[in-house]
Amino acid sequence: MSTATKLLLARYADCAMWLGRYIERAENLARILDVNMHFSRDARGSQNWRSIVQLNADEKRFDKAYDVASYANVVNFYVLDRDNPTSIISAVRSAKENARSLRPLLSTEMWQHLNMFNNHLSTLSAEDVKPSELARVSAMIKEQCQLHTGITEGTFFRDQSWHFYLLGKRIERADQTTRLLDIKYHLLLPMDQTVGSPVDVSQWNALLRSVAGYHAFRREHPRGMSPKAVAGFLLFNSAFPRSIWTGLSEIDSNLHRLRSDFGLRAGNLAMELVDETRAALESHTPDTVVNFGLHEFSDYLQRQLNAITTEIRRDFCGFEPMTDSGMPDGQMQHQD
Amino acid sequence: MTGDDLLAAYNRGPHWCEILGGGGASSSHGDDLRTRLAGFSLTELMRRADLAERELYNLGITFTVYSERDAIDRILPFDVLPRILSADDWDTIESGSKQRVTAINAFLHDVYHEARIIKDGLIPAELVFGNPYYREQMRGVAVPHNNYVNVCGVDLVRDGQGRFKVLEDNARTPSGVSYVVENRHMMLRTFPELMEEMPIRPVSNYGQKLLEAVTDLAPAHVDDPQVVLLSPGVFNSAYFEHVFLAREMGVPLVEGNDLVVENDHVFMKTTAGLAAVHAIYRRLDDAFLDPEVFNPESLLGVPGLFGAYAKGNVGLANAVGTGCADDKAVYAYMPRIIRYYLDEEPILDNVETHICREPEGLKYTLDHLDELVIKPVGESGGYGIVIGPRASAAELDEIRAKVIDDPSNFISQPMIDLSVCPTLIDGMVEPRHVDLRPFVVTGKDTWVLPGGLTRVALRRGSLVVNSSQGGGSKDTWVLER
Repeated sequence: MSTATKLLLARYADCAMWLGRYIERAENLARILDVNMHFSRDARGSQNWRSIVQLNADEKRFDKAYDVASYANVVNFYVLDRDNPTSIISAVRSAKENARSLRPLLSTEMWQHLNMFNNHLSTLSAEDVKPSELARVSAMIKEQCQLHTGITEGTFFRDQSWHFYLLGKRIERADQTTRLLDIKYHLLLPMDQTVGSPVDVSQWNALLRSVAGYHAFRREHPRGMSPKAVAGFLLFNSAFPRSIWTGLSEIDSNLHRLRSDFGLRAGNLAMELVDETRAALESHTPDTVVNFGLHEFSDYLQRQLNAITTEIRRDFCGFEPMTDSGMPDGQMQHQD
Repeated sequence: MTGDDLLAAYNRGPHWCEILGGGGASSSHGDDLRTRLAGFSLTELMRRADLAERELYNLGITFTVYSERDAIDRILPFDVLPRILSADDWDTIESGSKQRVTAINAFLHDVYHEARIIKDGLIPAELVFGNPYYREQMRGVAVPHNNYVNVCGVDLVRDGQGRFKVLEDNARTPSGVSYVVENRHMMLRTFPELMEEMPIRPVSNYGQKLLEAVTDLAPAHVDDPQVVLLSPGVFNSAYFEHVFLAREMGVPLVEGNDLVVENDHVFMKTTAGLAAVHAIYRRLDDAFLDPEVFNPESLLGVPGLFGAYAKGNVGLANAVGTGCADDKAVYAYMPRIIRYYLDEEPILDNVETHICREPEGLKYTLDHLDELVIKPVGESGGYGIVIGPRASAAELDEIRAKVIDDPSNFISQPMIDLSVCPTLIDGMVEPRHVDLRPFVVTGKDTWVLPGGLTRVALRRGSLVVNSSQGGGSKDTWVLER
């Protein structure tokens, strides 16, 4: 292996990770909005839009900018609002800005696609996201993210940056799955007594559809649908691409490859954190997780994923841990 | 030529035309192109032009304008009708540009060592030593192969008689070469039938030629030198070009924060720790390179970089301190500089320049004020320039007083009638003024990229080709002999 392909600038590693993360985040947000619109209705038949704000822990910023959690406000906040760093438009813009820094390493096709995707999003208006259009817009965003994934798979040079890119993507995907489990928690918290009722099942059904997991779940569980089985599937299934188990094992594998294929010595602590999290996951069954509390366990997983991210950035890229461990706002601002 | 000739209604006016030639003599080097263009309708030409512009935008071949919350990408307008240079014209440009860069390098070596040219009285000491771009710190510093200007952009215009003249030298960090290569790629994609088997000299090896030159600057004992491109970062308007060149050269694009100097050696921060760097193509001005030596406020540079450079542990392209050779005041002396160091007549003339610090130059300028362009030497970007033929009596009186008050701050030049090139404007083929910036690359040896950047003033009658003033660019073809 030549020196040129062996060395990777620390800053590039970080940008690759965030590029993977932001696109994954945009895709998941589109999934959540779509599914909330079309499948999730509470016992009174109305959609609970505030739950999306809650699951992203965005209440403070949302309440500052909007008076009520109406359809129009929440969808605007998460799709079009450029001032909201957790909106889809901001995520794609951040992906593009990280790509701009990483551009020396990206394929022309990757860059061109991100450019066009970002340009297309910036033409969207409130008209384009009204209730009758949301399904189409969500599908477009999801498909553009998938197109990015496909172009990347087929054209991105498989040096270290590929593994950092995948680390970002897989950490975000696992994080989003924990949040999806949590949305359920938020929706059902006020009415525990309805567990198992028809409405409840339709919500778990919606949850699975949002991660393209309904049919996969049916292959494992041809009959019935209990909250416990769905939660267990999303947490423990080793064949489902968006399960926590799959995510952690892929993260582990990327960290190993960075060390074995590229001779890097960093990443010890990150791997220990991954091991610890996998051990915690394996010590549970669907029963014990529900008894322990789904919300609490999701919370634990999110904290671990944050810690893994912080540790990768510190050890490979030389970034000191951020004080605000939640959002990676302003990751593109390397130029100070 | 059939009646379908796209240039049938084209009128070059009193100007030299890059395709048709000038005066009574018409050139034949554009005939092949005209024949091929006859197969196109204006509508089809416009359709292709549209596709090309959209593709440039989608490919992100753009410069970026930053507002508070948005990054707005703009393309440099691209005109699909190429500018063609004959093999003879190119010979003149190529040898003239090489000669000029050779003289500039000899001049820089001299002014940072014995300064013979000043002792011999050819150029006033204060023009060099008082120049804001003269770097004291470079005195006596050895530069690999004595070549200071490794990348030079020589701005040329062509006058009404078809003669190329040098308008200015760009010896610091000239930009625009990425458009030369990308314009060619765009033409190949958009107009395959115009390009097929056309004997055009290639431009796509620029990155490799540049890498060779920069590699020549690494310390001699290093076997496999690590080259990097140092950029001010994504907020620089030329960032696209930095990315383009880093990719073409196959080297990391670094920012100041990616580099660190330890014991007078330069390293880059990688995921595997620090890795040695031996030569840097820097797109950062002198003033920002090293806050310990130059502007202490600079956050874009690398503390200690100049020390490593002065000790010969890292090569820099271009060398530090080249700006004292491409300044307007020194420009006026360039024909004398060429004769002094090379004992040759300049192959490419300057635009005739009257130096007001010299009595004859001052007298001529004051006697012909209303015919001349008067330029203050210390300003750039067109500030303070008075165009005699277009100035009012009051403006002429004002500039006369200024020139008399401080003659050494002024030069004057005749108005130049820039050549034109057929250009697609709102569905018509019209003449528009153009200039040319060839790129001269020097490591151990000197190489000139065949062609260069043709900038075109898209506004009718305008002589200003800058992108900030409505300028665009064209593909530039140099024909094989």
